[in-house]
Amino acid sequence: MRYLPLTPADRQSMLATMGAASIDDLFVDVPGAAQRDGLVDLPRHQSEMQVERQLSHMAGKNMTASSVPFFCGAGAYKHHVPATVDHIIQRSEFLTSYTPYQPEITQGTLQYLFEFQTQVCELTGMPVANASMYDGSTAAAEAVLMAHRVTRKSRAVLSGRLHPHYTAVIENLSEMGGFTLAQSACAPAPTNGDELIAMIDDDTSCVVIQNPDFFGNVADFSALAQQVQNKGCLLIAVVPEVMSLGLIKRPGDMGADIVVGEGQSLGNGLNFGGPYVGLFAAREKHIRQMPGRLCGETVDADGNRGFVLTLSTREQHIRRDKATSNICTNSGLCSLAFTAHMTLLGGEGLRQLGQINHARAVQLSQSLGALEGVTLMTSAFFNEFSVRVSRPADAVVNELAEKGVLGGVPAARLLPDAGLDDVLIIAATEVNTEEDIAAYAAAMQEVLS
Amino acid sequence: MSGVKQTFTGNRALVLEEALIFEIGVTSKCGVDLEPVPETPSMLGDCGAKQAVNLPGLSEPEAMRHYVRLSQKNHSIDAGLYPLGSCTMKHNPRLNEKMARLPGFGDIHPLQPQASVQGALQLMDDLAHWLKTLTGMPEVALSPKAGAHGELCGMMAIRAAIEAKGELDSRKRVLVPESAHGTNPATAALLGFKVDGIPANADGRVDLAAFKEKLQENGGTDVAAIMLTNPNTCGLFERDIIEIADALHAVGGYFYCDGANFNAIVGRVRPGDLGVDAMHINLHKTFSTPHGGGGPGSGPTVLSERLAPFAPLPYVEKSDEGYRLVEDANQTDAPSFGRMVAFHGQMGMFVRALSYMMSHGSDGLRQVAEDAVLNANYVLARLQDVMSAPFNGPCMHEALFDDSFLKDTGIDTLDFAKAMIDEGYHPMTMYFPLVVHGAMLIEPTETESKATLDLFIATMRDLVAGAKAGDLDRFKQAPELAPRRRLDETQAARNPVLRWQAECHEAQAAE
Repeated sequence: MRYLPLTPADRQSMLATMGAASIDDLFVDVPGAAQRDGLVDLPRHQSEMQVERQLSHMAGKNMTASSVPFFCGAGAYKHHVPATVDHIIQRSEFLTSYTPYQPEITQGTLQYLFEFQTQVCELTGMPVANASMYDGSTAAAEAVLMAHRVTRKSRAVLSGRLHPHYTAVIENLSEMGGFTLAQSACAPAPTNGDELIAMIDDDTSCVVIQNPDFFGNVADFSALAQQVQNKGCLLIAVVPEVMSLGLIKRPGDMGADIVVGEGQSLGNGLNFGGPYVGLFAAREKHIRQMPGRLCGETVDADGNRGFVLTLSTREQHIRRDKATSNICTNSGLCSLAFTAHMTLLGGEGLRQLGQINHARAVQLSQSLGALEGVTLMTSAFFNEFSVRVSRPADAVVNELAEKGVLGGVPAARLLPDAGLDDVLIIAATEVNTEEDIAAYAAAMQEVLS
Repeated sequence: MSGVKQTFTGNRALVLEEALIFEIGVTSKCGVDLEPVPETPSMLGDCGAKQAVNLPGLSEPEAMRHYVRLSQKNHSIDAGLYPLGSCTMKHNPRLNEKMARLPGFGDIHPLQPQASVQGALQLMDDLAHWLKTLTGMPEVALSPKAGAHGELCGMMAIRAAIEAKGELDSRKRVLVPESAHGTNPATAALLGFKVDGIPANADGRVDLAAFKEKLQENGGTDVAAIMLTNPNTCGLFERDIIEIADALHAVGGYFYCDGANFNAIVGRVRPGDLGVDAMHINLHKTFSTPHGGGGPGSGPTVLSERLAPFAPLPYVEKSDEGYRLVEDANQTDAPSFGRMVAFHGQMGMFVRALSYMMSHGSDGLRQVAEDAVLNANYVLARLQDVMSAPFNGPCMHEALFDDSFLKDTGIDTLDFAKAMIDEGYHPMTMYFPLVVHGAMLIEPTETESKATLDLFIATMRDLVAGAKAGDLDRFKQAPELAPRRRLDETQAARNPVLRWQAECHEAQAAE
């Protein structure tokens, strides 16, 4: 077997060294009732070529984003990832390294995490950021728990335009942790947030909003943040599309207390939903209540600058049942992809890329909006918007797929009971050409007629 | 620099110093050729930002050099032995990387029409089949994002089952051995359970009598679960595990098994035969998906018959018409406890893990466990005369030593570990598990050759001899040859600098 270096002769000589007659002698502590003599009922080993053949066959049954005009978003976005990024994350020293607990021989990982944290701070407009979370949804749930710790309250108010999966994750963790929630009505049209303010009570720790929201709306939420804070609560802003931060106002500048986000759009492919990279940024005074790993600057015994994981007294391996979170892993390699892509773009490159995304979405909204049976529902957006179609949106999407267009996400797939069966959420990015947009409009016209 | 030649640049031949991107990049530089922006009206409403974010860019060659130089400051499994106990740093096959990058897996959206991703759903179903068969368990939740997240999944399923029986108010106690990973008590506490410690016996295993006594406090009616790692964190198989499970089940409790050490028994022992109700599997340990410098991981969690109905959303169902993803509570009658993540889990890791399992097959996976256990026992056998092993008998996949062999040398576990760095090794896991003093936990894994182990063993013996001979500098000054010497962690924690700031660094430079 190609992954196992020991030869039969090695095994014999090693067993002899320890005075064991056979390998079974090393498994003597396993109760007899649990000892299995034969092999489990699964196929035997296969060559690289055989495995590749079967998995390629499976992969071939899927319609890939690059092969068709592609417009799906709703929390996961198709962007072009430079070839350099994928090379960097496949460097042995990054790919096959462990969590940097031995800083003398993991300065590579630690320095990029320090750079990553700084980039996340600058993108979100926040003073501190951690070294990444599993993804946007779990980062959002951790933000709610953190708000509870900071305020010593136990109820969260969620916007109805939060990504429904994020809502579900927060809901699950809150219920299990003995916390409560309230959520405003789910409707695609933006509001000024008065309904959220009205839901705040004495036990409310935070209000969670999303920008761009699930339906694509973007808004300046500065006034809302102020009102939330006047009520003694924290404003948690969720950013599902990090690319938007190249072009729209930063949540920190609008007054958010905690900013969480999905960082997939920078450096990371669609991957059918994971692995992605969660972003988590907060205010300085709350550092010690933050979840996840933090990388900090220090010096070594010779006075040279170096980096270490720090403030680990918050974490499970030290604090055990008193930890701020049970999280052990972050998204190391995905955060490397993020930071490398961001470094290749630079601030102005990110802004231009944002402008291209926005322009493509505007073009698409104009093309689709001109069709009979399509009503544009989003007036201010970044690269994603919602439309009402004259037929059930899931049927529309399925028929578009049959015509070779992946035309978006039906709102009802994630919100089955919200009366949004005719709402379609559509994203456009720099990967879309004018031909893609024309092809989409043509296919949509056929499907609706 | 302690006897090492100084250079003008600070570089040492192939080990090159590298500034932060903020010190070398500029906002206007871009290493990506972007298309011109199409002319359209702005529809950003009141939300448009006036200017670009203040982040530096680098051209492509500069960026490549930056990251390659950084990479050269890392130890990696590709470059050398990484004997970190409880972490299973095994070889990461590149076939797995190639498979995960097939566009049919890497370039599909989680919310595409299901008819357009049948191959992806098939892959998830196949992976589930392998995991269920290897563990002898009827159900698996694929979506947890990492080991600790899998623990959370298992404990949520247990909590949901207890709630369904109307016992949530009474069953609050979770028994956790002192040797447990820190994530275990952290997870239990997160779900509102009360952690109750169980001591280890002189054999390094759960003290069965103490366990039964704890269990019977209040007649056992307040016990929700036990969280037990098996093989345990001392690298030992819990001999009484079936008896523990039976006693626990008899009082209505559930058995959560931490599966971090599954590599020791895969293909030889099925956790389902041990009475386990829930167990997470670290795909990044047993099934070779790369650790990536701290993630992404993946923690599918197998569930017993009693817990299966509470499995989280989403999951894949297979029928005559094909594969279907059950994503919402209203698509099923089962009392699922809900959703743990957006979308469907770590697909990229699923592909890698299945590619690894198919490569090894049932025969290869059994050999994996046997070679992992053989390698650890070989290290134990050849070091126990000079280092101190706290427990007798064979170990499983990792060999535990304590620091008593360093007694009166003036050298502690940390010094010993740092000296290993100068010899080209990543240190073993230190000061964990907590049940022995100055713990050193060595897990070589099955992907190390005998020659590699022989050199490692010889090196360790030489280090022990050096320690006993009073060669303090070799340990106290170590590491001297790594890209950095020991770092001041106290300063980092006392005065946290968690981001680069222009003012701050200009001030430092002026000093």
